[in-house]
Amino acid sequence: MFKYFEPNKIFSITSKAPKYVLFLFIVIFSIGLTEALILSPEDYKQSHSVRIMYVHVPAAWISLGIFSSITFLSVVGYIFKIRNFFLISKSLAPSGLVFNIVALVTGSIWGKPTWGTWWAWDARITSMLILALFFVMYLVAWRIYENNDNDKVYKITSIITLVGIINIPIIKYSVEWWNTLHQPASINILSKSAIHTSMLIPLLIMTAAFALFSLLIFLMKYNTELIKIKNKGLDRL
Amino acid sequence: MYGKKVKLRFFFVLLVLITLILSIFLILKSLEENVVYFQSPSEIQLLEEIEKKKIRVGGMVKNKSISIKAKEIRFIITDFKNEINVTYSGVVPNLFSEGKGVVAEGYLKDKSFFIATKILAKHDENYMPPEVKAALEEK
Repeated sequence: MFKYFEPNKIFSITSKAPKYVLFLFIVIFSIGLTEALILSPEDYKQSHSVRIMYVHVPAAWISLGIFSSITFLSVVGYIFKIRNFFLISKSLAPSGLVFNIVALVTGSIWGKPTWGTWWAWDARITSMLILALFFVMYLVAWRIYENNDNDKVYKITSIITLVGIINIPIIKYSVEWWNTLHQPASINILSKSAIHTSMLIPLLIMTAAFALFSLLIFLMKYNTELIKIKNKGLDRL
Repeated sequence: MYGKKVKLRFFFVLLVLITLILSIFLILKSLEENVVYFQSPSEIQLLEEIEKKKIRVGGMVKNKSISIKAKEIRFIITDFKNEINVTYSGVVPNLFSEGKGVVAEGYLKDKSFFIATKILAKHDENYMPPEVKAALEEK
């Protein structure tokens, strides 16, 4: 059964990988920042404040992606009783929360010069705030129940992700279902995007950079979890 | 193939998910009026009575409709089916301009007259450099 895994084997990877990921992140992030802040053109309407988008949109994508992954891992982990999946989820969550907050804050900074307000209780912004609360709830649940000997923490965190995942399609489609102050998506996989290629490229590079950053934090967190297991003297989980 | 417990847990998760989706869907459906950030001029026309409370109207600023008199600014919000006249005194956001999206917060005087207390510019999903915009307009 694959529910047992050997922490030692994984540990040899996770303890070496971060430095390569860090190097790659620095390279991609420097290219992304140069593209986003210097080389890319200003927008015809919002001029230089378009550059906030190169942080805002990737951060929002990554936080949605991380929450979806956490839910998938937790639910599969719960059904098949795979403890390792819960540790992966736990290690992913902090960067998800950080990018969620980054998306909210940069959105607010962009909203003031563009819309004329820092905050609006429209469906997109409110649902994104709710996602941040779910991340907090998830992390707090780990803090509280982690040291219990039984499997309570796995059940509780699974339930939190299961309830929170409903919010993900709401965030995605809020701008289509209801009138919102937030604009609809500019990037469309199936049809032509409403964003010019010269602006799409820095956006994608920044997304890659943020994904690498999440991977880096994940590896470091996951490494710590594995060390904790080793210290408990367990060679299998 | 899988144990009985695994199957049970799978159905449990499925059941929880379906229940949650249904209840959230119904809640949002019944709250639709409050979930929308603004109403369009056409939706205002359909109102049965003029609401006394603060509401938001959104749409496009009609071309050549902005007129500034002393501190007061007047313009027309349109959704290309119905229109509503708006008066406002105060500062408008930089991106407020004719032919662009706008959300006005304030009170309805009647179905075609709105007194705004706050103006927000709505940005659309189009992002392009100025040269591309100029080229598009030439076409």
